[in-house]
Amino acid sequence: MHGRPRKPLKPVDEAAVAAKAEKLRALQSEFLSNHQNKIYSKEAVELSAKLLEINPELYTAWNYRKLAVQQNLAQCESDPESVNSILDEELKVVENALRQNFKSYGAWHHRKWVLEKGHSSMDKELGLLDKFQAMDARNFHAWNYRRFVAALMKRSDEDELEHTQNMIDKNLSNYSAWHNRSVLLSNLMKKAAPGFTSKDEVLTREYELVREALFTDEDDQSGWFYHLWLLDQTVRSEFPLLVSSWPVEGSDISLPAADYLDGCASMNVFHYSSRNFPLVLYFNQSVRGVNSSTVSVSCGFNLNIDLIWKPLSSTDSQSAKVWATHLAIPDAELHSSEAYQVEVKVGFSQGIVSTTGVAYSHPSQISFQLHLQKTPLESGQDSRFGRIQWKDDCFAVYEPGSAEPDLVNLLDNLTIKNEVESTASTWQARIIDDETNIFRDLLDCKIGKLTVARLLTAYNSLRPLDKPVHCKEVLELYSELMKLDPSHYQYYKDNHSLVLLQQVTSSKESLLSRCFHYRDSTLSTNGSPLCLRLNNLAISQLGSFEKLLWVQMLDLSNNELQSIEGLEALQLLSQLCLSNNKFRSFTALESLRYLKSLKVLDISQNEIGSHSIDTTRYLFRSPLSHSVGSCDWNINYLSSETYWEAFFVLKDMGLTQLDVAGNAITSKSFNVFLEKLLPTLKWLDGVEVN
Amino acid sequence: MGELAADKHVKYILAVEKRKDNFESAVLEHLRMNGAYWGLTTLDLLGKLDAVDSNEIIEWILKCQHESGGFAGNVGHDPHILYTLSAIQVLALFDKLNVLDVDKVSTCILDESDIAGLQNEDGSFSGDIWGEVDTRFSYIAICGLSILKCLDKINVERAVNYIISCRNVDGGFGCTPGGESHAGQIFCCVAALAITGALHYVDKDLLGWWLCERQVKSGGLNGRPEKLPDVCYSWWVLSSLTMIDRVHWISKEKLIKFILNCQDTENGGISDRPDDAVDIFHTYFGVAGLSLLEYPGVKAVDPAYALPVDVVDRIFFGK
Repeated sequence: MHGRPRKPLKPVDEAAVAAKAEKLRALQSEFLSNHQNKIYSKEAVELSAKLLEINPELYTAWNYRKLAVQQNLAQCESDPESVNSILDEELKVVENALRQNFKSYGAWHHRKWVLEKGHSSMDKELGLLDKFQAMDARNFHAWNYRRFVAALMKRSDEDELEHTQNMIDKNLSNYSAWHNRSVLLSNLMKKAAPGFTSKDEVLTREYELVREALFTDEDDQSGWFYHLWLLDQTVRSEFPLLVSSWPVEGSDISLPAADYLDGCASMNVFHYSSRNFPLVLYFNQSVRGVNSSTVSVSCGFNLNIDLIWKPLSSTDSQSAKVWATHLAIPDAELHSSEAYQVEVKVGFSQGIVSTTGVAYSHPSQISFQLHLQKTPLESGQDSRFGRIQWKDDCFAVYEPGSAEPDLVNLLDNLTIKNEVESTASTWQARIIDDETNIFRDLLDCKIGKLTVARLLTAYNSLRPLDKPVHCKEVLELYSELMKLDPSHYQYYKDNHSLVLLQQVTSSKESLLSRCFHYRDSTLSTNGSPLCLRLNNLAISQLGSFEKLLWVQMLDLSNNELQSIEGLEALQLLSQLCLSNNKFRSFTALESLRYLKSLKVLDISQNEIGSHSIDTTRYLFRSPLSHSVGSCDWNINYLSSETYWEAFFVLKDMGLTQLDVAGNAITSKSFNVFLEKLLPTLKWLDGVEVN
Repeated sequence: MGELAADKHVKYILAVEKRKDNFESAVLEHLRMNGAYWGLTTLDLLGKLDAVDSNEIIEWILKCQHESGGFAGNVGHDPHILYTLSAIQVLALFDKLNVLDVDKVSTCILDESDIAGLQNEDGSFSGDIWGEVDTRFSYIAICGLSILKCLDKINVERAVNYIISCRNVDGGFGCTPGGESHAGQIFCCVAALAITGALHYVDKDLLGWWLCERQVKSGGLNGRPEKLPDVCYSWWVLSSLTMIDRVHWISKEKLIKFILNCQDTENGGISDRPDDAVDIFHTYFGVAGLSLLEYPGVKAVDPAYALPVDVVDRIFFGK
């Protein structure tokens, strides 16, 4: 089926081929009859061998031979000579078949089946494997079989590691050997086998080994992925750590205790009509076991109920990078101002574990103040103020006044200090530095530029408390790659966007320059909402969420986003603009299902409904991925067309304002469906809802 | 070269179905059930499923079913999970899953030699009673039972854990633990994880990069590093990229050109590489690839079930 040239048959050839086909059919027919009637005579078994030599993929023939072997073994009553001769015959048949097609699953499995009987020579098998690997060093069947034989022989990982070294020495361009090496090395490091206990030494050796592969032929991919794995092993933090939180350590937050306000508020004034105040914990990796035993929350007002911490993850896995809970805020007396000191202690009791099995062992404490105020209703702060318009002239640059030192303080403390990182291992920084200097010699080619960009990014990840360096150079490298390798333009673009966002969120000056007051003529500036505007940045992928947990109003319009994965961490989000992006389906908006405070959503001018293929179909909780029961599917919400994606995303949201115009999915019936689905809606596409 | 010769491909498929005199059909007789699935799904994607006699086909399918409940590749051959899935998929195309009547379905699920009985202690699946283990079979079991709406007959958690044990440091998956990443195995594992709601075990950025680097200079996709491009990888790689939302990391235009170049525009059919001999296998994967690339005139295909989206939606959302 592969690699045969296309050419029409000449009449003479056609006749010959037809005769060949007829003969084969006759043989197969006879064989199937033998099989049906359980005939295992010498002639019948030989027929099957003949067939398998012509067509090793005839799986029923391998099954038949196993039945024949079973019968013959039973008859010879364990006479070792007979047993060996029966099994040797099978091995011969397999060898003949493999000569025809050394990728035949049936043939290789039959050999394994024979070997498992325990009467065959292992050394002979290794010899056979060497022959096969000399013919084709990439045959994965042979590599699998080698693993099988090595296990039977109980060969050590160290010996097998040496075999991969031999293969690589023969030919650097052997991805299969590099892969095998990664498996063996991972095992040896995990077991802490002698000679493999110092990560520093092991990685330094491997970097040297793979360097040659990358430098010898810059287009050969054999070493690329191995090198990337080494880099990951170098910078990956073993320990689960708390990276950031909401509220931020040391913050001072004012809460109007009643649900007067139904819109936005300034930085420090929050209002939640449900009077639930979110606490968010953002870890450096996915963890389990965040609950009221492992995280203690103490505040002035009594919380008799155990807090329920939820993992912000679209699966039932009970593990996530981001966890959230809500404090139920009690009522306060009119004009009174109660201040409460809240202390969140994370991990002082055992129980939080990373998904890789490492226990959380660096307890953190976050303290902040909550002021409860019962703010009297001011005119102009009526809950029915006009709808949000995401236009430039509705935003005024934020000037930090003396009345609000807290935003500045907040932005200074976005990243949590972790002791284990400040005593950052010098060997990691040294390796990154060495590799960077070496790869700067390869900057004229794709893999060189990409590797240097990754190394510089890795360097920054080792120093999370410092401002990232080399951002400009990394951005330039990705821009060059977009031109050099246009087939993978979007891969480089997405990475470019991530670095850009790292740069934007890296300093308080940068963030402050993108904070705006939302100006509505009906509102006074006091209590007008603060918006972070990340619009018109040409970003195609989002990141740096750990720096944005404080954001309530976010403008991401006029970018190139097609996914908002990760946005679920922004639990305070109440107004969000995603207009003029590249969203293709409601399934791409899965993260919104976690934003319980979201009131205003603009997804106008996107591509929802324009695409026949949904690339987020399985990243979305629905009956298709068995993550939502079919009984949650309430048929009454459907109009004659199915809008099941929109249904699942929006059904539990308390939106007051929604914009969907400019998407192919929009229609009168869709809008009717939306109005039915969202009883709290006041504005749909700029029109007041009755 | 510039267009999809849909009519020619339809004619080719219908002709292959009937041809019995050439060597190729003799050698591939044992996997006719797969061939039926490839050919018929292609016809459906091109809007021409009604060109065949569904009753005749269904009759033949049922003749391939064994007392154990599993299906063989052709009449008289042994049952194997590979052909059981194709049988289920073809019946789904014709909306005739109900011919697997309740008794037969429960036998199919609970009997030792059928799908659910083929799950091993470690969560892996064997292809048949002879015990070959491969993540392909994990996908087949999960996909097949999901279509039959009885995924809970297997231990899903263990099945997922086994698949994860086959995950490699490059983000890809192999056929057994320690097996090298290969686009075919990656499709099987990613699709199985998609169907079981477990895609969070996939590092999308890492695997996405490995997958997008399958696109070589000619615009075609290979199955693993330093190998030749092949139209069938337009399915294995592309569907995997689609399921993890990274398909925008390759050049769709260049791939469309490559696939169209692999057509035999005179006699119909698509081959693995330009100017090679065509076959049903590559015809299906070429058309399915074009579907994922949103090529006009081709129905949308579901990247996890490898069936038209309207067939899958009918199974899960149909009233």
